Amino acid sequence: MIELEHVSKTFPGQDVAAVGDLTFTIPEGESVVLVGPSGCGKTTTLKMINRLIEPTGGTITVAGRDVAQMEAHELRRGIGYVIQQIGLFPHRTIRDNIATVPKLLGWEKKRIQARVLELTDLVDLSEDMLTRYPSELSGGQRQRVGVARALAADPPVLLMDEPFGAVDPIVRTRLQDELVSLQARLNKTIVLVTHDIDEAIKLGDRVALLNIGGVLEQYAPPEELLRDPANAFVADFLGTDRGIKRLSLVPISQINLDPGPVLPRSAPVAEAREMMRRYQIDWAVVGGDGRIEGWFTENDIAGHDTLDRVHLLPFQTKLAATDSLQQALDAVISSHTAVAAVFDGERYLGMVTSEEISREIIE
Amino acid sequence: MIGLAQTQAQGVFRWDWIGRNIDAIWDRTVEHVVLTVVAVSVGLVISTVLSLIIVRYRKTYTPITWTTGILYTIPSLAALAFLVPITGLSHLTAEIVLVSYTLLILIRNIVAGIDGVPQDVLEAARGMGYTRRRRFIEIELPLALPVIVAGIRIAAVTVIGLVTVTSLIGLGGYGFFILRGLSLFYSPIGTTQILVGTALSVLLAVVVDVSLALTERALTPWARRKAPA
Repeated sequence: MIELEHVSKTFPGQDVAAVGDLTFTIPEGESVVLVGPSGCGKTTTLKMINRLIEPTGGTITVAGRDVAQMEAHELRRGIGYVIQQIGLFPHRTIRDNIATVPKLLGWEKKRIQARVLELTDLVDLSEDMLTRYPSELSGGQRQRVGVARALAADPPVLLMDEPFGAVDPIVRTRLQDELVSLQARLNKTIVLVTHDIDEAIKLGDRVALLNIGGVLEQYAPPEELLRDPANAFVADFLGTDRGIKRLSLVPISQINLDPGPVLPRSAPVAEAREMMRRYQIDWAVVGGDGRIEGWFTENDIAGHDTLDRVHLLPFQTKLAATDSLQQALDAVISSHTAVAAVFDGERYLGMVTSEEISREIIE
Repeated sequence: MIGLAQTQAQGVFRWDWIGRNIDAIWDRTVEHVVLTVVAVSVGLVISTVLSLIIVRYRKTYTPITWTTGILYTIPSLAALAFLVPITGLSHLTAEIVLVSYTLLILIRNIVAGIDGVPQDVLEAARGMGYTRRRRFIEIELPLALPVIVAGIRIAAVTVIGLVTVTSLIGLGGYGFFILRGLSLFYSPIGTTQILVGTALSVLLAVVVDVSLALTERALTPWARRKAPA
């Protein structure tokens, strides 16, 4: 757990504080993203945690210890640190780069060796890269080495300063995904700085939105931030598409599902026509008791008395209740029927419609 | 140089002189090398200390380079003339002059080398918990090495050339032959000595320069590896 209490920083020769009076707590094992416009003091705040910048006021505690009372280099050896430019040591091999902090801590050679291999595997690098120098790696590979180096001594806390700012968008997305899955396994306390709100939403268990001068405008989980922005600044920073952005964070199980135009096999065709009229659509589904067999259109039932022998089409897209509304929206708008069937395992739960999704956005 | 020696070989260049003076040539080689090594080493120690002061206290950069710049511009002959009454015809006199010519070159290169260490590397090192001293020795110094060695190469070559001038106080390495050759002007023996002294001095400079370059290559294996396109 990291606690900031009335932390402030005014740089020498400046009248205005970079960070005015900041108080918030970063819970153990959570990832918190500091986001905001340039000049909001997000990087300053991050660097005060490992004392690369010394605060001019207030206290910061990491795991209950006041960082100002610790030797700066001792403190830093216990905190992983990743920066945008990565800052690998060009004169050292990848192996030695990863081994940096264990060496500083005086680990035994064998232990370092084993740990380096473990990390190489963890960040998905191949072992033959260990003997290379940083200049021989691609940007994405270097950033992975940077993360491996930060994790080397297994620090409980990881500070990341715009870690994916210098790589191209495709690699960035992949590295973000890797961080999410890494965090799911490691449960570090992560503090990450970015200016990219989408990255913040994707990577943060909580997002701290800062305004100029280190003013904390809102501190909440991303879903809450998007659903209920505290003020105009937050709403403005999140952008006009915040409803759409939120869809990726809300599971389908959160909204009401329509039971759908479902009829038993034995139903007469007249009942099917009645159902279509009620729904104002030209198709219906055969099924019942938590199962569905397929769907048919108005044309398919011409000449039949009951649905018994009507030819059924299979459902192309099946969604799980745990899928996000963004996935649901994608399925709905790309399907012929403008709905998508939702299942819990094999059990049919209902239909998700574009109306229900937009109701969720508007709310 | 060799071409010149060959055109004058008939009668003007006396090959037999070399055979007769092989011991003297060896002695002067040792003298030349010792004067050079001592001058560059002492220069390096002084320059390192001054560079560390500059890196720590930036304001000292201008006064220090200004002072060493003046030393650099004093003609070597004048420096000798000035020092002999004080320190005599001694090794000390020779070395003071030689060392004073290395300082500006070495300090500039050491400071430039340290300044050239990328900011992100330094920040990462700090953030990872390096102490100031350890960061300097393990990160800054190795990364500054190519620029520092470049300075040492220039300083060494400069000193090798200058040693011939300190022959005026009897400590000149190959300069001894050049000086004696001048006193025997227009005689084949004199010309031979001037040419031998000059050629060996140039040869020594080339050998030292190339060895330092190779040493630098061996010490900085990372600098030549680049990402495959």
